[in-house]
Amino acid sequence: MKFSIERAALLDAVSQAQAVVERRNTIPILANVLMEAGEDGVSFKATDLDIEVIDKTTAQVERPGGTTVSAVLFHEIVRKLPDGALVQVSEDQAAGRLEVTAGRSHFSLATLAKEDFPVMASSDYDANFSCNAGVLRRLFDKTRFAISTEETRYYLNGVYMHVAEAEGGRMFRAVATDGHRLARVDAELPGGAEEMPGVIVPRKTVDQVRKLLSDDDAEIAVSVSETKIRFATPQITLTSKVIDGTFPDYARVIPTGNTRELKVDAKDFAKAVDRVATVSSERSRAVKLTLDEDRLTLAVNAPDSGNAEEEIAVAYGDDKLEIGFNAKYLQEIAAQVDLEMATFLFNNAGDPALMREGDDQSAIYVVMPMRV
Amino acid sequence: MPALCRQCLTTFETGARCPACRSPRVVAHPELFDLTIAHMDCDAFYASVEKRDRPELADKPVIIGGGRRGVVSTCCYVARIRGVRSAMPMFQALKLCPDAVVLKGRMDLYVEISRQIRAMMEELTPAIEPLSLDEAFLDLTGTARLHGAPPAVMLARLTRRMRDEIGITGSIGLSHNKFLAKIASDLDKPRGFSVIGAAETETFLDPKPVGIIWGVGLVGQEALKAAGINTIADLKRWDHADLVRRFGTMGDRLWHLARGQDRRAVSARRPVKSISKETTFREDTADRDVLDGHLWRLSEQVSARAKAKDLAGRVVTLKLKRADFRTITRRHALSDPTQLADRIYREARQLFDATGDTGPARLIGVGLSDLVPGDEADRGGDLLDPEAGKRMEAERATDAIRARFGPDAIRKGRSLR
Repeated sequence: MKFSIERAALLDAVSQAQAVVERRNTIPILANVLMEAGEDGVSFKATDLDIEVIDKTTAQVERPGGTTVSAVLFHEIVRKLPDGALVQVSEDQAAGRLEVTAGRSHFSLATLAKEDFPVMASSDYDANFSCNAGVLRRLFDKTRFAISTEETRYYLNGVYMHVAEAEGGRMFRAVATDGHRLARVDAELPGGAEEMPGVIVPRKTVDQVRKLLSDDDAEIAVSVSETKIRFATPQITLTSKVIDGTFPDYARVIPTGNTRELKVDAKDFAKAVDRVATVSSERSRAVKLTLDEDRLTLAVNAPDSGNAEEEIAVAYGDDKLEIGFNAKYLQEIAAQVDLEMATFLFNNAGDPALMREGDDQSAIYVVMPMRV
Repeated sequence: MPALCRQCLTTFETGARCPACRSPRVVAHPELFDLTIAHMDCDAFYASVEKRDRPELADKPVIIGGGRRGVVSTCCYVARIRGVRSAMPMFQALKLCPDAVVLKGRMDLYVEISRQIRAMMEELTPAIEPLSLDEAFLDLTGTARLHGAPPAVMLARLTRRMRDEIGITGSIGLSHNKFLAKIASDLDKPRGFSVIGAAETETFLDPKPVGIIWGVGLVGQEALKAAGINTIADLKRWDHADLVRRFGTMGDRLWHLARGQDRRAVSARRPVKSISKETTFREDTADRDVLDGHLWRLSEQVSARAKAKDLAGRVVTLKLKRADFRTITRRHALSDPTQLADRIYREARQLFDATGDTGPARLIGVGLSDLVPGDEADRGGDLLDPEAGKRMEAERATDAIRARFGPDAIRKGRSLR
């Protein structure tokens, strides 16, 4: 194998692949990236056995072939090469080395045989459809903060993507929850997605896919089966196993009878929560909200260090209410509001509260109160 | 040299016997009336309590421990002469001492007596640091004017009162810091009174094995031995920097302790780091229902301790000792701290199920750590487990019933398995 490629294009292709590689590996070949040069370009492939990324890029191929080298090492080398450098990569099969040359720099890297590189079993997908990158980005960005890290409830360690029956018809829906808060975000159902089975997309996959979604206008080819999900752009294909579990029936968690409505500027609210929470050193900082006649008072009382209070003007016309929340949860859901006022709906101090952006029903958040 | 009669508390200048009462129970030391940090250690506490209440046991070897399968938790001095030691497996103890009277122990009574001793100590100083039911550090600095007598006299009076009013004897170690006071109390047991003064500290320590240092166990001794350190004198030959490089923060401690330097204060409130309960079975068992019953009972006990101390924990630990003595521990961090038996049990049960262990076990334990104040406990609910709120209220109601009608007034069915 021998090819030459511009440094920026190479870095781009290798970055995506090396991000999937686990830093601690017991199986040496999983630390490697598989590069294969064909007629018109080179592909870079990396896997952690749950996720597989293939990144294709054009290159001047002199001699087709393939081998594997340490993904982290290769990525570091390419990153440190000067911008605009032309990188020459060639395999010395006899020595079992990969030679990398750019200008006056030369590297000779240990390789492992490409035949040993694990192949993810291919599967038949139940649904293949195309989805706008911006739409997917919104679905993931607004839900990922609520993904649970608790391993005992492994089925919450991802975003539940499925087709849901909503008031406006069938929707493409993402849900995540850790039992303390829940995020539910809807998007228009892309054509061809109707038969898609509901799948739980693991956190790491969400983080990796997110990198493919920076371009608003890009169309992402999505394929879904009971066990796998695949996202593809013309250059990059990311295939991931989904979490083998049943996502809980989240519908019964979403309050329907909350009538006490509060409207508040989300940014002011988040900043005020952050300010008052400063006095508490607890990891689960509790903020007490007192609502009374267009006035919201936020208070934190930390016996050891002090207390703080802040008042914000809000729109609230119901009976006086005192309710406590984890400060971090409030900030995180307030951060999901981009354009309008945040609308909170409460029932009473012991019941979950609901939040949405203005009157937009397509993204709702539920948060459990705390005793204060 | 200043001297004190432990019998009649007369103070005098040197002499083998008390000039007042002719008792030979005299302690003399140049710094006797200047030292203020003490360690009080009851002599074979549990066994002494049993002997006090059952005089017929006075001359018999008495072992307190958990049944045939357990270990010795305390043994009297008669048993100690025969080689029995605390923490020794019971079968081994009985081999050494077949005629021993083995008693199960009456924890409630020991706690009660410990409280009486504690009250006596509190008359001496507020700076008391209990290490367990039967031992404590006391800092008597600055109390001489209040009591009209130096600490040594007050301590001798304390052990005399313990003997006369409670019927329990204890040994006193008096020195200028906790490390040395603890060593001293062990020098002259039972009914001892030992003094380690500042002047002789280093000559006293130098020839001692490193194992004398509190916190250096068998593993620590092995590590030190590997570095060629057997005695305190060996330890002193090391540079501070080298010790720290090799042993980390422990190296720093060792450097200071080897020189008899210990700046730790006697603090009345030593933070509790974890709460745990475990039980060794009379017979090894693989019966899931039985084990589950134990898990619940232990979780309840841990929870009761946490509630009593107004603490909550974020980490639940499961300990399992298999029939082949291999021990496994598993831990899990909760999203928010708890003090509820229900949550502790559910976590412990999940950890237990996750071990996949089906073989017989000889011990099972449940622990709670990463502790925070109790008012931070169980403040958040679980969206996905709406029943959790009800179970929590049920537990609070159960607690209220027990507070009023006693611990056995209400129990869960599964605790009866």
